[in-house]
Amino acid sequence: MFDDFFIRALVAGVGVAFVTGPLGCFVIWRRLSYFGDTLAHSALLGVTLAFTMEFNIALSVFVISSLIALILIQLQKKTNLPGDALLGLLAHSSLAVGLVVIGFLTFIRFDIMGLLFGDILAVSVDDLLIIWIGGAFILLTLKFIWKPLFASTVNYELAEAEGLNPDRAKAIFTILMAAIIAISIKMVGLLLITGMLIIPAAMARNLSSSPQSMVIYSIIGGLLSVIIGLFTSLEFNTSSGPSIITAALLLFILSLFKIKQSIKLKN
Amino acid sequence: MSTDQNILVKLNDAGLQLNNKWLVKGVSLQVEKGKIVTLIGPNGSGKSTTAKIALGIYKKIDGSVEKYTHKVGYVPQKISIDWTLPLRVNDFMVLTESLNKETIDEALSLTGVIHLKDKNLGDLSGGEFQRVLLARAISKKPELLVLDEPVQGVDFTGEIALYELIKKISDELSCGILLISHDLHTVMTATDHVVCLNGHVCCSGSPMDVAKNNEYKALFGEQASQILSRYEHKHDHVHTDEGEIKKN
Repeated sequence: MFDDFFIRALVAGVGVAFVTGPLGCFVIWRRLSYFGDTLAHSALLGVTLAFTMEFNIALSVFVISSLIALILIQLQKKTNLPGDALLGLLAHSSLAVGLVVIGFLTFIRFDIMGLLFGDILAVSVDDLLIIWIGGAFILLTLKFIWKPLFASTVNYELAEAEGLNPDRAKAIFTILMAAIIAISIKMVGLLLITGMLIIPAAMARNLSSSPQSMVIYSIIGGLLSVIIGLFTSLEFNTSSGPSIITAALLLFILSLFKIKQSIKLKN
Repeated sequence: MSTDQNILVKLNDAGLQLNNKWLVKGVSLQVEKGKIVTLIGPNGSGKSTTAKIALGIYKKIDGSVEKYTHKVGYVPQKISIDWTLPLRVNDFMVLTESLNKETIDEALSLTGVIHLKDKNLGDLSGGEFQRVLLARAISKKPELLVLDEPVQGVDFTGEIALYELIKKISDELSCGILLISHDLHTVMTATDHVVCLNGHVCCSGSPMDVAKNNEYKALFGEQASQILSRYEHKHDHVHTDEGEIKKN
């Protein structure tokens, strides 16, 4: 069944959407979209490392992204530069260093477009295993830290005062962010991963009235985006990442009609 | 003073310095089971900071804080919910602890906002939100309640009812309460112990003791001792950034 590349891509995409749904909600709630971008850009460095050391791509991206997250936390403590400047600094320099390193690796043929925008032809059976096992692990961990993470998202001091240890939850969440980027890079491409996190969640916000329903709508939105996007990609021979994100954007636009209605009802 | 096992939280000469400025300095106080301790003082006198020190929110403090309970309910002075977070009253009630429906309904009824259960937090008025905050804090039946201006924005009759409720909770659950309030009329009659702050502890004791205290009279004016409920806050000194006292 997994012999067909398209089935593999579909199964991989569905697995990714299940994880980006809930994580994307937290990215929006905690205003982490640029943080996600920075981790995703640094993933290129992880990919080059994987090629030179003949290492698993997902694992090496995970390690590099986690490292960048650590560096960011250190820089925040050591300098007075504002957060967005630090994020930009890390995002672009790690992307640049990654591209320079690729330039040196003339003996390996790189599909840069595939790396940046995703390539459904590149999804192997091994990747499926990584996505589904890694994805299940991410979701279980998120379920485990949900209460402290969510409470501190609403109000940090409340969570801390009532003994929920929000700092630990935040640290674990950062690792989960690196992990989702690692497992979805082949599918969506590193330039568009944050879109996969944010757009379905933004669409879900327009439709939902509670955090739980927002998570569910976000998963549904992600699934629909992946399925529509991949069929489009197959039909018109477009890159998988942009096709998925465009589908997500269309769903978001549709969701705006719902919110217009509810605003009208209020008035 | 009662026996040690009744102590829920104890501050020993506690203080907090931020960017070389003392927010509050040298505060010693303790909250015991079934007692209400009230912090009074002008704006910027370190009331909220003291409460947060007691809650263990600040990690790098001067002095020490001993906390003997994990069952804490907190009503912060200010809380803002972003639009991106869809949150109904019902979701907010179970924010830090899972509760069953009866417990949630009971707490919301006590503070008079059961009818708002399915409303979005963003759609509540200031007073309604304050009632929800209080309901959430008491619903988990805490041993220690920290209330930072819990009735701000609540209407006059509601204010009295909520203070009666706070007193009732303190008696029924025998929980200790650390209360911050500007509304001295109601507070002074219900509280067991008053701590007056102005960057440090000006004076403390039972409401009557504090009112009779000469220092208190000097600080707050003669009226304060005559009518407990109506006093004007007059401080005769300010604090420099170095933590020194400067007479006006």
